[in-house]
Amino acid sequence: MSAMPDEIEVLSARQMAWMRFCANPVAILGALMVASVILAAILAPVIAPFPDHAGAVIDFRHKHAAPDATYLLGADKVGRDILSRVIFGFRVSLLLVAGVLVIAVPIGGALGLLAGYFSGKVEALITGFTNVMLAIPPLVMALAVGNVLTPSLTNAMIAIALLWWTWHARLVYRVSKSVAAEDFVEAARLAGASHWHILTREILPNCIAVISVKTTLDAAFIILFGATLSFLGLGVQPPTPDLGTMVADGRQFLPERWWGVLAPGMAIFYATLGFNLLGDGLRDMFDVEV
Amino acid sequence: MTSGFAEFLLRRIAGFAGVLLVLALMIFILARVVPGDPARIALGPTASSEQVAELRAEMGLDDPLPLQFVNFLGGAMHGDFGNSLISGKPVAQEIAALLPATLELVLLTLVIMLALGLPLGVLAARYRNTWFDAFLRIVSLVGVTMPGFLFAILLQLGAAYYLTDWPILGRLSREIAAFSGPTGLLTLDGLLAGRPDVTLDAFRHLAFPALALSMSGIGQIMRITRSAMIEHQRRDHVQTLRSFGVPGRVVTFRYLLKLSAIAPLTIMGLEFASLIGNAFVVEMVFSWGGFASAGLEAVMQKDLNAVMAVVLVSGCFFVVANLLIDILIGLLDPRLRMKEAR
Repeated sequence: MSAMPDEIEVLSARQMAWMRFCANPVAILGALMVASVILAAILAPVIAPFPDHAGAVIDFRHKHAAPDATYLLGADKVGRDILSRVIFGFRVSLLLVAGVLVIAVPIGGALGLLAGYFSGKVEALITGFTNVMLAIPPLVMALAVGNVLTPSLTNAMIAIALLWWTWHARLVYRVSKSVAAEDFVEAARLAGASHWHILTREILPNCIAVISVKTTLDAAFIILFGATLSFLGLGVQPPTPDLGTMVADGRQFLPERWWGVLAPGMAIFYATLGFNLLGDGLRDMFDVEV
Repeated sequence: MTSGFAEFLLRRIAGFAGVLLVLALMIFILARVVPGDPARIALGPTASSEQVAELRAEMGLDDPLPLQFVNFLGGAMHGDFGNSLISGKPVAQEIAALLPATLELVLLTLVIMLALGLPLGVLAARYRNTWFDAFLRIVSLVGVTMPGFLFAILLQLGAAYYLTDWPILGRLSREIAAFSGPTGLLTLDGLLAGRPDVTLDAFRHLAFPALALSMSGIGQIMRITRSAMIEHQRRDHVQTLRSFGVPGRVVTFRYLLKLSAIAPLTIMGLEFASLIGNAFVVEMVFSWGGFASAGLEAVMQKDLNAVMAVVLVSGCFFVVANLLIDILIGLLDPRLRMKEAR
C-alpha cells in the first residue's frame, strides 16, 4: 500500500469495529437489554416495589393477586410481589453467570492456549481430554453433581463450570493454533522471547476477541442452564428468589394463574435474548467465528 | 464404502469407547465420594449397623476402589448396574422399561428438527435479506434463547386454553393406558397391533413434547444451514452448475443442500448432549414417564446406582447418535471418504 493522502482520516481497526457495532441497531438493543438487567440486579433494593418480598414474607391477603396497579406482575402463592422477586432473581442469575465464567474462562482459555501453542503430547492430551468432557451431557452431569453436593448457588456454579470450560478450551485452541503459526510468533521466538512471553503477549491478545464474544454468548446460556437446574429443584434454595424456581412454583397453579409462570419465564427469556443479541453484535463487530 | 472410511469409523468408535470409559470413571469417583453410605440409603434410617455392614459387604463396597471400579465396569458391560437403592429392583430392568418412551420422544424430536430446520434454513438463504429471512432469524433466535421448560409450559398453557381436548400429560389417554406392545414405541406398536386409534392417540400425546424439545435445535439448524448454503453458493462448482443451465431448484436440493447439511449435522451431534438434558425437563413438564424423568427421580432420592446407570446410558445415547451422524456425513460428503482412502 502506498502512503495515504493526509486529508483522509485513517481509522484504526478498533475504530472500524466500533463503527460496525454502532451501525447495528440489533446489537445496540442487545446492549441496552443487558444493561437494564445488570442495572436492575445492582439497584434491586432501590427499584423493586417491595424489596422485602425477596425474603420469606407472607401476606396471604394478596395470595395469587392478579397483575394490577400495586402488583404489576401479580403476586405468588404466599402473596409476594412477583416483579420484586423477578428483579432480585436477576441478581442470582448474574451471580451464577459471573461465578461460572470466572472459573471456566481462565481454565478453558489456559488449556486452549497451551494446546494450541505446544504441539505434540500436550496438544493431544488436552484436546483428547476436552473432547471426552464435551461428550458428557452437561445437565445430566450437573444433576449428578448437584445430587452429591447439596443444592445451592455455589454448587450449581461448580456443577456448571465443571463442564463449561470445554467450549472455551476448544475455541481458544482453534484460534491459538492458527496464531501460533504466524510469522510474528516465530519472530518473537527467534528474538529469544520466553514461552510465557509468547503465550501471554503474542498469542493471548489475539484470542481476546473470540473469548469476549463467546463469554457474552455464554452468559445467555448459563442463565438458561441455571434456570433449568433450579427449575428442577437443584439451584438456589428458598426463600432467595430464583427465576427458574419461580417458574417451577408457579407451574402448580396453571392454567388459571398464568402470571406466576409467565413473569419469571419471560424475565429469563429477556435476559438470555439480550445477551444473545449483544453477543451476535460483538461477533459481527470483531468479525470472528465462534 | 471404501476401506479408508471404515478405518475412519473404527477410529471414531475407539474414541467413543474412550469417552464412555472416562465417563464411567468420573461418575464412579463421584458416586464413591458422596458423603452418604449407599447401603444406609438403601436400608433406611431404622436399620441396624450390622445390617448395613452386611449389605455393604454384599454390594462389594468394602473392596478396594480399583476392584470396585472393575466390577462396576464389568457389570455395566453386561447391562448390570446393580439394584436400585430405593425399589430394590435391578436398575437395568427399570431403565429398559422406560427407555422406549424417551427413544420415541427423541426420535420424533430429531425428525422435527431436521424436517423444519433444514428447509427453513434453505428458504432463509434463498430469500436472504428479505423480511422473510428476518422473520426466520427471529424465530430461530427465540428457539435458541427460550428455555425449553418455558416453551413446554407455554405449549401446555396454549393447549389448555385453545385446544381443550388435546392431551397435555402422559403418553396415552386413560381409556387405553393399559395398552402395551413389543417395541415400547407406542405409535409403532399401535400400527403393529392393528390399532390405529392407539397410534393416533400416542402421536397426539407425543406431538407437543417433541415440538417443545426440538425448538432450540430447529433454531440452530436453521441458522447453520442458512450460512452454509450462502457460503457454498459462491463456490466454483455451484457457479459451474448454474452456468450449465441446471435449474435452480435442482442445484439447491441435489447439490447445495447435500453439502450444506454437513455443518448442521455436525452441530446436531455435539448438541445431542444438551438435547438429552432438555429431555429431562420436557419429560417432567409433560409427565412423560420416560428414562429422563426416572433419572431425575433417582437424582432426587440419591439412588446412586440408578444415577450412575442414567449418566452412562445418556453417554451411550450421545455416542451412538454421533456415530450415526458420522456415517451420515460420510455418505453425504464423498471428499471425506476419498481423503481417507488416499
